Amino acid sequence: MKPKSVRFARAPWVAVASIGALLVAGLALTARADDDEGRRQASVPAVPSAPAADIALWREECGACHVAYPARMLPAADWRRIMSTLDRHFGTDASLDAAAVARIESYLTRAGSTRAVERPAAVGKPAVAELPRITTQRWFLREHDSIPPSTWKDKRVGSAARCDACHLNAAQGRFDERDIRRLP
Amino acid sequence: MNTSRFLAAAGTTLSLWMAVVPPTVAATGPQQQLERWRAETSQPFSAARGRALFNSKAGSDWSCATCHTSDPRRTGRHATTSRPIEPLAPAANPQRFTDAAKVEKWFRRNCRDVLGRECTTTEKGDVLTWLLELR
Repeated sequence: MKPKSVRFARAPWVAVASIGALLVAGLALTARADDDEGRRQASVPAVPSAPAADIALWREECGACHVAYPARMLPAADWRRIMSTLDRHFGTDASLDAAAVARIESYLTRAGSTRAVERPAAVGKPAVAELPRITTQRWFLREHDSIPPSTWKDKRVGSAARCDACHLNAAQGRFDERDIRRLP
Repeated sequence: MNTSRFLAAAGTTLSLWMAVVPPTVAATGPQQQLERWRAETSQPFSAARGRALFNSKAGSDWSCATCHTSDPRRTGRHATTSRPIEPLAPAANPQRFTDAAKVEKWFRRNCRDVLGRECTTTEKGDVLTWLLELR
């Protein structure tokens, strides 16, 4: 065993290394993309080619008005439509400069679901030129089929965009069933 | 514990950090935004006009106050997503109006939503002048 003094002398470097490791771990967490479908899922490693800065940009810009919905929640083609119509985004102007749009779209389409695009008519919506909605995807309806209308209308929810009203780790892209707050 | 070695290590770490991390951009705040806009127009800004604009619906369903509340020192709520919106008045939220690009982005989007067009420089100056009067 080494003398105590030597070990302590190294402590600051150990601390510095630990902080470094934490920073790297933090980046890795940020970069964590998610798997497909809305069923119980642990987070899986990021799309390797998505730069962490683009993921951070996605989180900041998309997360400014609603939960930064994980890419896996829509097919890549749907994300392309959404990103090309940001100035008419579900009733609001969410326009961004072209460079930001390109970076976020690149991330979303690479990490997006590989499922086929669902036509709005498939869930009883008029087949007008409506933007794709996460809340009308078949997996979403299936996952939420036991949620009564009263819960959606609860003041703490207010809108289906508020994933985080029940999914406590939604902001981190985690939707595990054990992290759900049950509202009456 | 060997204090001098610790200090040396900490000092080295700090200088490495300072060498690697670029200096932050010059601090900006609400006054810098006003100065920027004053350079674009000769018309003086008016808090009264700013307040009126903030609360006016101008033909759409929304006013600024719809999301930011009529007292922007309070936390607001997004009209469609229900997401909480941090207070807009700098007195209540010092982070506001500290990033010129962000300020322009949000004025552009939100004025289009409320007025159906972008705000003029004078309108932006009016609104911020009023927001700065809220203490």
